[in-house]
Amino acid sequence: MKELEYPFDAQYLLTHRRQIRKALKAQGTAFVDKRVAILGGSTTAAIGWMMELFLLNQGIRPEFYESGYNRYYEEGAFPNAGLEEFRPDIIYIHTTNRNISRYPQINDSPEAVDRMLSEEFGKLEKVWGNLKDTYRCPVIQNNFELPFYRLLGNKDASDIHGAVNFLTRLNLKLYGYAQAHEGFYICDLNYISADYGLKEWSDPFYWYMYKYAVNVDAVPFLASNVSNIIKSVFGKNKKGFVVDLDNTLWGGVVGDDGVENIKIGSEEAGGQAYLEFQGYLKAHKQLGAVLNVASKNDRGNALAGLVHPDSRLHPDDFVEIKANWEPKDRNFEEIARSLNVLPDSLVFVDDNPAERHIIEGRQWGVSAPDIGEPHHFIQNIDRNGYFEVTTVSSEDQNRNEMYKKDAERRKHQSGFADYGEYLKSLGMEAAIGPFEPVYMARIAQLTNKTNQFNLTTKRHTQAEIEAIAGDPSFITLCGRLKDRFGDNGVVSVIIGRVTGTECHIDLWLMSCRVLKRDMECAMMDELVRRCRERGLQKIYGYYLPTGKNGMVREFYKQQGFKMEAVGQEGSIWSYGLAEPWETKNKYIKVEEA
Amino acid sequence: MKREEVFERLNEIFRSNFDDEGITLTDRTSSEDIEDWDSLEQVNLVVAIQGAFHVKFNIDEVNAMGNVGEMVDAILQKAGAKDE
Repeated sequence: MKELEYPFDAQYLLTHRRQIRKALKAQGTAFVDKRVAILGGSTTAAIGWMMELFLLNQGIRPEFYESGYNRYYEEGAFPNAGLEEFRPDIIYIHTTNRNISRYPQINDSPEAVDRMLSEEFGKLEKVWGNLKDTYRCPVIQNNFELPFYRLLGNKDASDIHGAVNFLTRLNLKLYGYAQAHEGFYICDLNYISADYGLKEWSDPFYWYMYKYAVNVDAVPFLASNVSNIIKSVFGKNKKGFVVDLDNTLWGGVVGDDGVENIKIGSEEAGGQAYLEFQGYLKAHKQLGAVLNVASKNDRGNALAGLVHPDSRLHPDDFVEIKANWEPKDRNFEEIARSLNVLPDSLVFVDDNPAERHIIEGRQWGVSAPDIGEPHHFIQNIDRNGYFEVTTVSSEDQNRNEMYKKDAERRKHQSGFADYGEYLKSLGMEAAIGPFEPVYMARIAQLTNKTNQFNLTTKRHTQAEIEAIAGDPSFITLCGRLKDRFGDNGVVSVIIGRVTGTECHIDLWLMSCRVLKRDMECAMMDELVRRCRERGLQKIYGYYLPTGKNGMVREFYKQQGFKMEAVGQEGSIWSYGLAEPWETKNKYIKVEEA
Repeated sequence: MKREEVFERLNEIFRSNFDDEGITLTDRTSSEDIEDWDSLEQVNLVVAIQGAFHVKFNIDEVNAMGNVGEMVDAILQKAGAKDE
């Protein structure tokens, strides 16, 4: 929803939250439900209200638990029946510098200051430790914003007795913890308060009046920031950009002005803005964001612009380059289709409001931010947190390459008369085996972001995946696929729950990147083999329909399962292991992992 | 700014904040009369009023806002002082 996209009108969100919530819920989004606990060191009501809007907009329907006022420590560090009953999927600890119990005094010894630092840190560490042990879910912790006054003036920053210095050192300890612990994320209050303007952010009026440690006007910015972490943890990050060229990647119209006259490069002010913006987009490739072009241009002109000697982006930085005179929405749709992703996973970047309007008008849920003036492009895109980094898997870093390989495969495919011949020529090799520690992050990520080839759409955190992997009553399989064009990484996941002599397939998913490659058959063969090995007699498969997984409605039928029951909630299928199993995979060489 | 104008805009703010088109404010309307109007909503209302009328209240002024009439008076006093 446009209203929730940066640059948003914070006051409007605060005063129209009920209408906006109603509208978001009525949009027909296939929400994932998440239980979000907020443990606060100050008033948190408005933070929850605003988080709800941002999360709904990101496809997450939250249910909230809020601690009693300033009870984050008591409720977090010790047994808490209410929170245990709530069973949080994620916990956000909203503390601020108002929660520091003691600051150094000017005559304290360095040792005394160190001790104080350890005490403040220890208090929080106790909370994190207990939360991790008890709830086994991701935790988000605010770092500390700078104080709103400086007793020592500028020396407050450099002297160990200064509050600025103290909070800075404390923050560093928080970061050390974050680096050493998975599933622990810092909400960078220090950055967003500076970004908003510390003086306004910390306006003590709201503290004295209502015990808000944040100016209520600024709360939507905080909420958007926390929500970005949450949606990223639950796999709702965007996957890439579709960008325009003229007046977006360079100044001017290459077809009219000629490539020698477009504005790009460090020689003049306008060109610098585009140059920096190109660098910003290019840097996203490291995060796994896929870059594509949709431009109304002759292809030759478009490519000429991209090979301009000052251009930082080059044709081979992009997976798809659509430069033609077709409507933008059609090109956008084709790009999404050829990448095998849903349109709403791509961000549309175009300086032209009319083009953005066309894309939004299709109601795919695509973000098409108002990027403003060229010198504001970066900030307007960046603040939306489309690619918020919570975990970086090696798959992420290579994604652009992988999509390019897919494009090569498609070209390769067109040279074969017979699809089977094509599959054979790919020289595919799969490694299929139980979940392994190195893959846990990737497996959790797949459960959260795979929507189409996903039989039950069960979402899991990494902690849950680890727990399942360690539990002998589950059969877990993850499959990795390589071919002559490269390594696709882990692309398919199965979780089978064993009860007695039955295996119930709780989760069965595959990345659409490897659709129609026989990988699903190889996975099923392996599952059947392992079930037999354990002496099981029957496998049950479940299909739970969502708005997005229609492609696997008949999956179990295709795999030779018998339908047991069907209804609105889905269908149940079974396969008796006494029956002979014909190996279904014909083209992939499988090695047991 | 006239009292009626302030009243009308305040009424809009209340309606949108509580998502209730049925709200009709009088001078004597207070948190007793609107079910959802609690101290947390009070903050939201103050923020909305400050934004809509481009004024900032101090602690004493907010504390003195017992009912809608007093809110209107406070707004008029602030906004009026700014007009001069």
